[in-house]
Parts: sequence; structure tokens; C-alpha cells
Amino acid sequence: MQSTILKTATHLMVGLMLVFAVYVLLRGHHEPGGGFCAALLAGTAFALFAITEGPDRVRRAIRVRPGTIAATGLALAALAGLPALVMNKPFLTGIWWHPGPFFVGTPLIFDLGVFLAVLGAILSLLLALEEN
Amino acid sequence: MKTSLPSIEKVPDCCRGGVVSSILPLVLFGLLCLAWPRVVQGKVFLIQWSWVPSLDLTLAFRLDGLGLLFGLIITMTGFFISLYASSYMAGHQHLGRFFFYLHGFMIAMLGIVFSDNLLLLFVFWEATTILSFLLIGFDHHHKTARENARQALLVTGGGGLFLLLGILLLKIAGESMTISLWAASGDMIRDHALYPAVFICILIGAMTKSAQVPFHFWLPNAMTAPTPISAFLHAATMVKAGIYLLMRFHPLLGGTSLWMGTLVIIGGTTALWGAVQALGPCDLKRILAYTTLMALGILTLFLGGRTVLSLTAAATFLMVHALYKAALFLAVGSIDHQTGTRNLDHLGGLLQSMPLTALAVAAATMSMAGFPLFFGFIGKEIMYEGALAEDMFPVFATIATLVANSLMTAVAAIILITPFLGFGRRKMNPVKEAPWTMRLGPAVMGLLGILFGIVPEWVSEHLIQPAVFSFHPDREDIRLVFFHGMNLPLVLSILTLTLGSVIYRYRTFLRHRMNTAIDRLWITTPGLYQSGLDLFLKSAGAFTNKIQNGSLHFYLFIVVFTLVVAVAWPWLPHIPGILIFPTISGPLIAMGLFAFILASTGVVVFAKTRLCAIGGLGGVGAGVALTFMVFGAPDIALTQLLVETLTLIFMSLVLLRLPPMDAAQKRPRSRTIRDACLSLGAGLLLTTLMMGMLQVPLDRTLTAFFEANSYIAAHGRNIVNVILVDFRSLDTLGEICVVVLAAWAGVTLIRRTKEG
Repeated sequence: MQSTILKTATHLMVGLMLVFAVYVLLRGHHEPGGGFCAALLAGTAFALFAITEGPDRVRRAIRVRPGTIAATGLALAALAGLPALVMNKPFLTGIWWHPGPFFVGTPLIFDLGVFLAVLGAILSLLLALEEN
Repeated sequence: MKTSLPSIEKVPDCCRGGVVSSILPLVLFGLLCLAWPRVVQGKVFLIQWSWVPSLDLTLAFRLDGLGLLFGLIITMTGFFISLYASSYMAGHQHLGRFFFYLHGFMIAMLGIVFSDNLLLLFVFWEATTILSFLLIGFDHHHKTARENARQALLVTGGGGLFLLLGILLLKIAGESMTISLWAASGDMIRDHALYPAVFICILIGAMTKSAQVPFHFWLPNAMTAPTPISAFLHAATMVKAGIYLLMRFHPLLGGTSLWMGTLVIIGGTTALWGAVQALGPCDLKRILAYTTLMALGILTLFLGGRTVLSLTAAATFLMVHALYKAALFLAVGSIDHQTGTRNLDHLGGLLQSMPLTALAVAAATMSMAGFPLFFGFIGKEIMYEGALAEDMFPVFATIATLVANSLMTAVAAIILITPFLGFGRRKMNPVKEAPWTMRLGPAVMGLLGILFGIVPEWVSEHLIQPAVFSFHPDREDIRLVFFHGMNLPLVLSILTLTLGSVIYRYRTFLRHRMNTAIDRLWITTPGLYQSGLDLFLKSAGAFTNKIQNGSLHFYLFIVVFTLVVAVAWPWLPHIPGILIFPTISGPLIAMGLFAFILASTGVVVFAKTRLCAIGGLGGVGAGVALTFMVFGAPDIALTQLLVETLTLIFMSLVLLRLPPMDAAQKRPRSRTIRDACLSLGAGLLLTTLMMGMLQVPLDRTLTAFFEANSYIAAHGRNIVNVILVDFRSLDTLGEICVVVLAAWAGVTLIRRTKEG
């Protein structure tokens, strides 16, 4: 789409939106947000980018195929359930680690998997539509 | 494919991967041999893990005499066949796939014969059905291979459903799912009202798998598979699964006159029909296929008995047949591989060029014909004893066995004499002997046919008796012996050989008469199958064309209409009770949002351009998101807003490329009214449903649980997210799988439209 305003705004916005997506992903456990919301945000950012600069730029920017991103996400989410199995608990039970003032646990990995899976799905559809 | 490839310099003699993979069946065979002495002593090995306890489904395995007999046959032929295939299939482009299917099939077969749980048995049963479909259709670029594979799948798969039904009925009748527990139940099931239903269902399962008349036709057609597959599926394993099933169920369901009468009639008919048809074709493999039908019929016939004698006959013949049939199939495959044809009319004089294969075929056919000194002779003697001892229709059983055996003798002569000793109608090109990998199997199995014929006592003590005792309670000692003395079975044996040579003498005349007679049959099950399939496909096509007419508008109409009718039907009587007009309350801003949403909806409905309509939809979405915000659900509001934004972008990507909306204005007025009524109806229905929901007090048990445990158990304050990634993460995992799958399906559709 040929519009100088949109183009300039997009260049400013896309980076900000992606950073914000990471922020939303990480804060999700305590505040509104999470992997799904973050994926939608990042997807919107890429959609904006694709509309102004064309799908080829998006492909170059993400480096890997969107299908790979989605598959990685699914694999991560599934893998996040394995530690529980090792510890003889039901699959996908959250396992937590308390290294200092905060908690780190498998649900974070799971959420990252959700993020990547949904983002990969959005990107696949987006690029297919844009390249059509 | 195998012969007409002059351009390729050298097709490798054998592929190493195949030879290596044949270690698997060999190792399994060795393991069974380790357990063998204990099983002969009467030990039953049981292993059990829990799988789905609520369904009574356990991973329970059982190794007894019957399982051992089958297991030894399966692994031994499995070994020879994968060794054989490493040469036969050498140079094929899908070797990995081939050996994967082949060994997968073998494992599934072993699963059937070692399962102690009926549902587990069914799982393996279905696995063999699917894998046999893949194996029969292995050369899937041929239309006939695909059709025959589908035929086998439909027939045996359909039978599998009956088997499942039978198992479930058995469970309803109060019988245990565990085979090892059957001994305790006694006559309970045989006197149960459901017994006939159970029997018929299980019988249909066995009949389809083991190709009994009238479900026999898929077996000869399945010969389109590469020869090693035919040998494995149809000589030693797949078709024997039905026989195994009948043997397994014999102590539970057998012994009634229903069981005995049905099995004898069906088995006898199948044996006769298969044996008669074996005279017809010129294709060696097809001949063997019909003789397999005969063998399966005979086995079924003997399982119809309840004496140890007839069951011993079945178990013995099972071994006899597995040995000679696998050897013959492999040898025929060698002939095909080396000469490029397996048509009787084009073969002859192979004795000089393929002497070792000829020897193996000679041993196998002699056993098949039942010459003294061969294992087949022992088998035939006990067959006649068994047939004479049948409880139901002994005369029919004896005559069927006699005629089928005579025909078998003639067919054995045809298979041996014509290709190897005959002169052939056409001078054959110089032929080389098959490589050792392809000779080993037929040679060893042919040799075993002689060895077992010389030491029948050993075979009966170590293989036959343990097998029979594991499905028959009476421990009556039936020994196979070499010579019984002058008695009726011996007379019948001699009669068989005489009749067989007479049939061989007049084979051309008989073949001609038989083929014309079969052509004249006006109703046949293959014909019924074909017309049934055609009718099904035609009506499915017509139905699909009607329903899937390509109009998205029509699809949506159908979906919404069905939904409205289906929900409104049970819901309508309740509506008067909930129609209390709600008092208007709530913050002023909510009222404003309500008005905004209403206005945006109006924009969507009355928009003249697509951009306008999309903008209106965005307004509705944003309004809903803000409503969530106002009522204190920021998380849902955020998600809703993001989803709306992205949806809007996608919609504009798609909708803005469609032709302008003017075209839509030309729709007939009646259709617009119809659509409007439907949308209003759907809206009203949803509204009343919501109002109904508000009348029910809110159940806060789950909410309270999550509120209490979210931070303590999952270290998160955002309950929604904690539910998503922790408490109910398995659901989420399923959902993201669906999301990704849907996206990929969508991508495929988009790409296809681009190409088309």
C-alpha cells in the first residue's frame, strides 16, 4: 500500500509492538496478557509490516518459515509437560523453581509455546493471503 | 518394472537394508524359541500393564501353546520373506516404506496372537487391516492395486466393526474381556440370550478376515501386491487371523450346534469353491490365491468340530499349509522375478535353469498334494479322521475335504509340472537362477515339510498338542503318527491321489467348462460389492453436489438454520418462563456502549461498500471489548480487542479483493427477506438463551477454587492465564494444535485457489 504516513508510522510502530508483545507475554502470569495475547499483538505488527512493505520483507525478517515457528511452539508446549512426567506427576503439571525472589516454572515455557504456535499460525495465513 | 529396465545398467542384487531388517523377525523367533520348552510343559506367560482401566482395556499379553504356534509361523515366514524381499524389491524407490509396513504388519499380527485382552486384540486386528491396505496398494500408481486395496480394506474393515460389536455384546452379556479368565465362566455365555448375536458378530469378523464365502473375493484380488507381500499376508498371517480368532473363541462359544453347523457349512463351501476356482486361472499367483481359499475353508470346517481330533486336524493343517504355501508363493515370485512372467502358458522347462527353486517347489507341492513321507500326508490323514468325527454333517465334511483335496493334488501337479517340466508354448529366453536370499526361504520351508513328515510324533508333541490344549479343555492324547494302518482315512488318501491325477489329466477341459460356468453366474458377491460401491459413490456424489455447491452464503445459511432449529425446538417451551423484562440498570457508560454497538451493527447491515461494512464490524468488536472492560474483565477485554484488530486486518485482506458489493444488490428480494428472518431468529434465540442463563444462580465453586489456589499452587495472580497455562493446560495444548492445524488447512486452500 503506497502511503507515506502509514509507511513512516509502521516503521516506528512495528518494533515497539514487538517489544510490547514480549512484555505482554512475560507479564501474563500476574497481569492481563499472556502468550495468546502476545501472539495476537506480534501478529498484528507483522500484518502491518506486510501491508506496507510486502510479504517478502516479512519473510526475510522472520528468517524461518512460519510453519517452523508454529511447529516449534507446539513442540515447546508439549515438552513443557515432560518434566512433570519425570517427577511422576500427571502430564503438564506445573513444576516450579525458586531461585531467588521470584518463581520460574514450566508454565512459562508452555506459554512461550502457545505464543510461538499462535504466531506461526497467524503468519502462515497472513503470508499466504498476502502472496496470493 | 522388474524386467523391462534395460536402461539401468545394474539393478543391485539385494538391498542391504532389507537383509539387516530381517534380523528383527529372526530375533523374535529366537525369543519365542527360548520360551518354547516352558510352553510345551504347559506354562502360560502373562504380562500386564494398565492402559485405560475405565474401559476394561489393559495391555495384557499371553503366550500359550496356540500363540506360540502362530508366533513361530509368523516370525519364521517374516524372516524368510524380508530376506527374500531384499532381493525381490531391490532397486525399488520406496524400500524404506516397504520394510516399515512389512515389519509393522508382522508386529500387529504378533499383537493379535499374544493379546490377552479382547479390546487390545481388536486394536491389533484393525492395525493389520490398515497395514494390509497399505501393503496391497503398495504399487499405488496402478489403478487396480488401489481398487483392490480399497476392497480389502472395506471388506476386512467392515468385518472388524462386527468383531468390535461382538466383543461389546460379550461384555454386555457379562463375560470378561480377559481371555485368561474365560476358563472360569463355563456354560454361562452359551446359554445367554445374546449368544447368537455374539456368535454371528465374531463369526463375520473372522469370515471377512479369513476370506470365507461370501466375503472371499477380496483375497484373490489382493494378489496385485508384490509377491513377498502376498506370501506374507495370504500364506502365513493376515488371513489366518480369522482362524486364530475362531480357535481363541472355541472354548467360549464353540460346541453348540449353531457354531458347529455354521462353521462346517461355511468352511466346506469355501473349500469347495476355492478349490474349484483354482483350476481356472493361468496366473500362478492367482491359482495359489484360490488354493488359499480352499485351505481357509478346510480350517474353518475343522474348527466346527468339538472333538480333539478335528481341532488337531485344524492345527496340523494350519502348519502344513503355512509351510507349503509360503514356499510356493516365494518360488512363484522367483519365477516371476527371473523370467518376467507367471503365466502358465508362457512358462516351461525351468528345471534346467532354476534347479534349486525347482527342488523347493517339488517339496512344497508334494506336501500340498499329500504324498506319503511329506508333512502334507500326515495332515491329510488326520483331516479325514477329523472329518469323519465331525458332530454335524460328517458326510458333507468328508466329501468336501475329499473333493477339495483331490483338486489340490491336481493343482499341485499343475504348479510343479507345467513351469518346470513342460515345454512352454513360447521359447523362453535364457533364465538365471534366483539369488540365495530368494532361495533360502522356499528351500528351508520345503525341507521342513519333509522333516516334519518324517518325525510327526515330535511335531505333535512340541507344536500341535500345546496349541490344541490351550483352546480345548479335554487333554485327550492325539498323536500324529506316520502310518495308521489300513483304515478309512488311508483309503480316502489313496482315493484323493487317484482323483487328483484324473483331474490333472482333464485339466484343460475342466478349466474351460469352469470358466464358462462362472461367467454365466448372474449373481455373485463381487458383483454385489461392486454395484453396492458404485451406488454408494454415485449417491454420495449427488448428495455432495447438492450440499457443497460452492456458495459460501448457502453454507452459512444451512449452518445457522440448523443451529436455530435444533436449539429452538427444545428451548421454545421454556421461553415464557424467563420473559421477565429486565430492569435497566448499570453504569451510564454501559448504556452508551450499548447504543454504540447497536449503531455499528446498523452500519454493517446497511453498508453500501465493503470498507464501510468492515469498519462497522470493527466498531461492534471494539464495543464488546469495552463492555468487558467496564464490567471488570480487563483480560478478556484485551484479548477481545486484539482478536478484533487482527480479524479486521485479515478480513480486509480478503474482502477488499472481492468484486464490489453492487453485485450483491441484484439478489432477489425474497432471499434478502429470508436471510433477514433467519438472522433475526438467531439473534432472538441467543438473547432468550442469555436471559435464561441469568435466571440461574451463578455457580462460583470453580471460581472460588481458582481464586484460592491460583497464587498458592501456580504462583500467578492472573487467574485467566493461570487456568490457561497451568490448571487446564492440556486443553490449551489441544487448542493450539487446532489453531495450527486450521491455519495450515487454510494455507493449503489459499495456495490451491492460487494455482487453480
